[in-house]
Amino acid sequence: MKLGFLVDLNLCMGCKGCEIACKVENEVPLSTWRLRVKYIDLGTFPDTRRSFTPLRCNHCENAPCERICPVSALHYLENGIVNIDSARCIGCAGCMMACPYGAIYMDPETNTADKCTYCAHRIESGMMPACVVACPVEANIFGDIEDDHSHISLYIMEHKGAVQVRKPEKHTSPTHFYVGGGNATLNPLAHQRIEGFSLFNNITHLEHVGDKNHGILDRFLAPFAGHHGPTDNASLIESAIDAESHEQEGGH
Amino acid sequence: MVESTINATQAVVTLDVPIQGIVWGSIITVNMWAKSIGTGVVFLGAFLWFRHKKDDMPNLRWLMPVIAFLSLNVFLLFTLIDLHQPYRMIHIFTHPHWTSSITVGAWMASLFLGLITILMIIGAADAFPGLGGKKCKITSIARNNSAVYEKIMPFLVFLAIPVTTYTAIIMAQSSARELWQAPTEVMQMMWAALMAGSAALIFISGSWSKEARKDLALVLTFAVFFSFMMYMGEYFFSFKSSEAEAVLAYVHSGGAYSVEFWIGMTLGFIIPFFLGMSYMKSENTTLLRFAAILALVGLFLVKDVWLKIPQMLPLS
Repeated sequence: MKLGFLVDLNLCMGCKGCEIACKVENEVPLSTWRLRVKYIDLGTFPDTRRSFTPLRCNHCENAPCERICPVSALHYLENGIVNIDSARCIGCAGCMMACPYGAIYMDPETNTADKCTYCAHRIESGMMPACVVACPVEANIFGDIEDDHSHISLYIMEHKGAVQVRKPEKHTSPTHFYVGGGNATLNPLAHQRIEGFSLFNNITHLEHVGDKNHGILDRFLAPFAGHHGPTDNASLIESAIDAESHEQEGGH
Repeated sequence: MVESTINATQAVVTLDVPIQGIVWGSIITVNMWAKSIGTGVVFLGAFLWFRHKKDDMPNLRWLMPVIAFLSLNVFLLFTLIDLHQPYRMIHIFTHPHWTSSITVGAWMASLFLGLITILMIIGAADAFPGLGGKKCKITSIARNNSAVYEKIMPFLVFLAIPVTTYTAIIMAQSSARELWQAPTEVMQMMWAALMAGSAALIFISGSWSKEARKDLALVLTFAVFFSFMMYMGEYFFSFKSSEAEAVLAYVHSGGAYSVEFWIGMTLGFIIPFFLGMSYMKSENTTLLRFAAILALVGLFLVKDVWLKIPQMLPLS
């Protein structure tokens, strides 16, 4: 069995239901995302349209993150999922440097790397990933790509010439496919990023507000700090009330 | 006008999450910089012992491992503090993943530090007969096994090569940062070690023979020259990757880090080259020391820029 994902961008309407479902299901902390939907405006007025591209871990068969992880915190499951063991992660961020898709983040609560796991815990119980269930237009298609009769395999065969992966030149062999995508939507260098989301400018970052383990010294003191232990979303919200977003480089 | 309606040329991101920003920052630069000194002094020490008599460099036998020991501890300390879970560093030894160059490098660097520690103890015990007093067992064992120093040294030089260059392999495995995916990175690491090693030894070469000091100046001059040429090649010549091109095009246009890069190049490479050349004629030790300081500062700045700039590129 090899699990794979396909998103039909012709169907996606950018409702972000999948994004929210993922956040809730996996308790993804504020300022981090396992799955996000990017909006891109194409053309010039009045001849314009907006495209929506859900982005998540590609669960590559030749995963650079798995290869660079020094402690095997990132590892393959038998069904092809690239899973992460946060109890083993040392937080070196090597995987963040290796993932060509920017799909891995440093969890501000646990100070360990995290990413989409195709909801491995749900799959183990025979359920679909949360984002698949939440999608109102069934743009997210998930299943066994080694089974010729699975929905995803039939979908791939039906749209043979139009199925794409992100950055095929990286030879990572992603098991995450797109139908209806184009260069402008799947290639990050093919679109402009204006203020706030610009290619290189000092974009507005959310500081990891309230993260008691943010500072270097705090990382060492965290196990002894008692009440200064890992934060949760509630404390992050509380801290965020007083915090202002600011322009700075550096994200962790 | 018609071209402005083409999707491929008029695509603008209107909603996305913030870019993660610089994840490996100046802490990692210190890490690489200190490692260059730590391994570089070993290369230079071996080179000088091969070329000159030991009496020409009387303090080298104990000061070389001391410098290496201090630098490698800085390197390991900064490796540790960059981890988000520093107490789990032990997992690299208890759950090693051998496809990772981080793992292989950590094991090799630890072995290297262990051997350097032995050299340091033997070197210091031999150089200072009163060290530790008569009852100190460690210095006593060290003095009784003084010959071990010379036996370890060839193995240490051999080990210094992968310890120096494994960072280039980490960068090669960091497939999201295409600027680092250059084969020249391996040689850049070696040149950096020779630069930093010769610069560090210049500070302790006051009592050495002129010929030995000239050799240091020669290595420093060669290292900054070839490293500079390689950087220029990487900076101006075309990469075969659109992401690396995008990063360099941004720096070329005077974007952030452009100034730091050129200050680093001038301080660390261009000025030390001419100062090193002038030392061959003038034998002005003060200028040579100045060149050594500039080389260490410039090397840090340039490594810092090269580490950070590809991380500013959005990956999705």
